[in-house]
Amino acid sequence: MQSDAKIRTEYGTDSSPQSPGCSLRHFACEQNLLSRPDGSASFLQGDTSVLAGVYGPAEVKVSKEIFNKATLEVILRPKIGLPGVAEKSRERLIRNTCEAVVLGALHPRTSITIVLQVISDAGSLMACCLNATCMALVDAGVPMQALFCGVTCALDSDGTLVLDPTAKQEKEARAVLTFALDSVDQKLLMSTTKGLYSNAELQQCLAAAQAASQHVFRFYRESLQRRYSKS
Amino acid sequence: MAAGFKTVEPLEYYRRFLKENCRPDGRELGEFRTTTVNIGSVSTADGSALVKLGNTAVICGIKAEFAAPSPEAPDKGYVVPNVDLPPLCSSRFRSGPPGEEAQVASQFIADVIENSQIILKEDLCISPGKLAWVLYCDLICLDYDGNILDACTFALLAALKNVQLPEVTINEETALAEVNLKKKHYLNIRTHPVATSFAVFDDTLLIVDPTGEEEHLATGTLTVVMDEEGKLCCLHKPGGSGLTGAKLQDCLSRAVTRHKEVKKLMDEVIKSMKAK
Repeated sequence: MQSDAKIRTEYGTDSSPQSPGCSLRHFACEQNLLSRPDGSASFLQGDTSVLAGVYGPAEVKVSKEIFNKATLEVILRPKIGLPGVAEKSRERLIRNTCEAVVLGALHPRTSITIVLQVISDAGSLMACCLNATCMALVDAGVPMQALFCGVTCALDSDGTLVLDPTAKQEKEARAVLTFALDSVDQKLLMSTTKGLYSNAELQQCLAAAQAASQHVFRFYRESLQRRYSKS
Repeated sequence: MAAGFKTVEPLEYYRRFLKENCRPDGRELGEFRTTTVNIGSVSTADGSALVKLGNTAVICGIKAEFAAPSPEAPDKGYVVPNVDLPPLCSSRFRSGPPGEEAQVASQFIADVIENSQIILKEDLCISPGKLAWVLYCDLICLDYDGNILDACTFALLAALKNVQLPEVTINEETALAEVNLKKKHYLNIRTHPVATSFAVFDDTLLIVDPTGEEEHLATGTLTVVMDEEGKLCCLHKPGGSGLTGAKLQDCLSRAVTRHKEVKKLMDEVIKSMKAK
């Protein structure tokens, strides 16, 4: 089978007059690069890179089967060391986000397994994992009601907002907020935050994330258009 | 007849109640279950608290031990939380290594401690580079009826307020630590984070403080942890149906009122304890 690896890159920018730090790093996405999984994708955001593989819908263990929906399972492997409690927590976040979006009712009593491997971590890891998961699910042909994307915002000590922070910016930030937004009406699907922040700052970050997600969704669309127009 | 309907179509049964803006246990959509707290019940622990949120019961025990601070942070102590969901609390948990639910809850509590800066790790240091306190916070669920995160956060906060650490001096000649059990001081609790959990139904309706059955039927959950100045320590929304900005604002305002209720309750209990 011919592997159809397409690399599509785009520089996503969203610079608003009041906050010059609001710009996303360079994205790149490659699909269908692994031969064994039903779908796979590698997503790059700046220097952060995550590889995702999707197996499914496939057979499920009787103990885990759900009679009217597909069972989703997420395995996240860190770059170094054994997976720990933090990975379990992230797996739960990604799994619940996918469960909200994947049309599990079309494949009852099956399992959809998503395996993520962190290749390099240079900030915004959770967002990159979410983006890679979405692209891999699309590549596998799993029916979904919407696409989703991850966006990370960091608030530094004087309250300036930085989108898609690097590892250094995340470390120095007062708060780091990661959101998963859906493509239909940018509703908040998942949120995980670190640090202290006020309600007003939360609204500001959410608005910035919703604006940034438009770039990510446009990138998804162009990437998929490029891929399917050739074949 | 109602019991039969509930078994066969639990979601439809539930929707009938929600249409009348109430829940099977008689609560309103924005009402919490009766919260009770008992501080200092475990005498072998340095600090303890038992919190009951309706039927959900969580006990927190804190033990303080000595440890050498890590070379990267020689002036910081440690706070190590662990949430245990034993088979006692619910039939869905089996004995053995901690399941996913317990691990996620432990990570959540660790994040709350870290984000809210409830105690400064520097306060736990006795002698920089040589000796520091490590607080092992064990949260054990005795009865699981939903909303475990709120109960755990409250139990942790109450237990930390109850912890008394003895005074420790390092003897110059022997370089050993001398513990003076007669002189004890309370921990310096800087903020009071309070968690408020919501469940989302059918992508639209939000209910506060879900019970075990409600959590099972819900399409999504949301937990907001707020401190007294209205600052958010954690906005934990592990997937589930989407929320609009307006709904999120409603949740945040409900969290503010809940914070006041919980703080009042805790202050009363601590005052009555000190009076004894």
